[in-house]
Amino acid sequence: MAFLSLTNVSKVFGTTAAVEDFNLEVDKGEFVSFLGPSGCGKTTTLRMIAGFELPTTGKITLDGEDITYKSPNQRNVGMVFQSYALFPNLTIGQNIGFGLQVRKLPEADIKKRIDEMLALVHLEKHINKYPYQLSGGQQQRIALTRALAINPRVLLLDEPLSALDAKIRVELRLEIRRIQQTMGITTIYVTHDQEEALLISDRVVVMSQGIMEQVGTPANIYNFPASEFVAQFVGQLNLIKVTDVDLKKGTCLLAGQPVKFEQSSKITISDKPRLAIRPEELQIGTGAGRNALKGRVESVLFLGAVVRLRVDLGGELISADFFNERTRTLPRKGDDVVISFPEYSCWLI
Amino acid sequence: MKRKSFWSWIWLIIGMLYFILPLYATFDFSLRARKGVLSFLSYQNIFKDPNFWSTIRFSLVIAVFTIIVSILLVVPTAYWIRLRLPQLRGMLEFISMLPFVVPAIVLVFGLIRVFSGAPFFLTNTYFGTDALLVAAYVVLALPYVFRSVDTGLAAIDVISLTEAAQSLGASWSTIMFKIIFPNLKVAILSSAFLTLATVIGEYTIASFMVGIKAFGPYMSLIGQNRTYESSSLAIISFMVTWSFMGLIQLFNRGKADSGSLAGAR
Repeated sequence: MAFLSLTNVSKVFGTTAAVEDFNLEVDKGEFVSFLGPSGCGKTTTLRMIAGFELPTTGKITLDGEDITYKSPNQRNVGMVFQSYALFPNLTIGQNIGFGLQVRKLPEADIKKRIDEMLALVHLEKHINKYPYQLSGGQQQRIALTRALAINPRVLLLDEPLSALDAKIRVELRLEIRRIQQTMGITTIYVTHDQEEALLISDRVVVMSQGIMEQVGTPANIYNFPASEFVAQFVGQLNLIKVTDVDLKKGTCLLAGQPVKFEQSSKITISDKPRLAIRPEELQIGTGAGRNALKGRVESVLFLGAVVRLRVDLGGELISADFFNERTRTLPRKGDDVVISFPEYSCWLI
Repeated sequence: MKRKSFWSWIWLIIGMLYFILPLYATFDFSLRARKGVLSFLSYQNIFKDPNFWSTIRFSLVIAVFTIIVSILLVVPTAYWIRLRLPQLRGMLEFISMLPFVVPAIVLVFGLIRVFSGAPFFLTNTYFGTDALLVAAYVVLALPYVFRSVDTGLAAIDVISLTEAAQSLGASWSTIMFKIIFPNLKVAILSSAFLTLATVIGEYTIASFMVGIKAFGPYMSLIGQNRTYESSSLAIISFMVTWSFMGLIQLFNRGKADSGSLAGAR
């Protein structure tokens, strides 16, 4: 039996359905991310688990207990907010101990727990400071430990890194994962950052317009997207118009050039079929078992670790990503090139 | 640039003279109670007058009760409006401004008329009248208290702080008294001092409800009967009000200092 379970959960605000028929089972100790664009219903779903919103329909159970209509302060759920939400009038130590004081634990136990929590994030020396005296990253670490101090049954994180700069974000997301694994706590993480979701999650739930588009491991989501939305939202994707599609043979024409593909039965093909292929699947030159396409370099974009070529295939543009190498001679704008990709790496949408 | 600076100073000096000259004249006049010499005789007379102490004590007690009732009324209301009913904020803001529009004389006659007959007989007893006076001052102080508290609430992330406390297991009373009230300390103090200053000098409502018992009517009486003492009382009244304003500045500055240390909040 799942530790956290959402069954047919939906939420309607006025006439707008924010979440529709959401079903998810989360195992104990699992790290699940809700990924999607703004307004897709990921935060609403999280807030229903926290108790800040009541579902219009459906049921939420936690550790076998129905918590659908329980008030937030009776759920024993830890929550970390995008804005940190540290209490400005309390010191760091008092912030971490707040939930324990509410539970009327003995002072000695509270102090011990505060020390443990501060050691977990290496911020012991800041115990007597006030939140405003800490940097954004430090404040969010404290917000995390405050939520963990009460030994919550589930840890909920609502875009906790969005307000931080890129470097701190990269650092902190790994720290969140480390702490989660150390404590073995069931975690739901809301983000619109696909890289973040793919990096730290056991499973990712991709959402769009209140609907769950796909649930799976990060690799599964990325490599085998179940819908056009998932394919486009997670990672970069070339979507190029094709003609003369023969599904039985797995062939089509792309800008008049023949292409072979392996079609997944999961994805339905639209009236105007397009070939989907990730930019990193492409390479310059040909090879056995690969589709080769002739084109002209339209632009060369240097992104640091990656170099992105935009190749004109005769009216259709395709992006190809390569790892940067110091000694590599890159094609120039206007050069004629042949690019290729494996037959199994592309599919029709 | 220099020319601009010169005119700035000129305007500043004219502005200061506009405020300071009458005040200086009043102060100077208050020192001339003894013929031919400057003295604090009028101040001594005021401080010796038992009515001065009894009226100021009465007005201070009324002010304290007004502050307590105002804060207990406005803070939870403004908090709840921000938390759950933000669409009603505009209406509450409008209501809070009404005391500026309704003249005090209209308010006091209305109150006396309503609360001196059945089913309310508040004006029949001293306690009832004092309670009615506090209620009237709560209305009078509403614009200051609501503005201060609302600004204080705007400065903190009310929703996130409430939700954070709830997720940590806090009840509504814990949230109010351990999170909301402490974080509104500066706003509450500001509104308290403004209310105090308003109540201490208020004349119209006090004179119709309690008469000479309050400091405002006492100041008016002195003004009518004792020439030099009325000036000294005006100066004392200014000093008291300015002290409160100074205290507000002091508390606000403390808050600004702490804010300037902050990174992302």
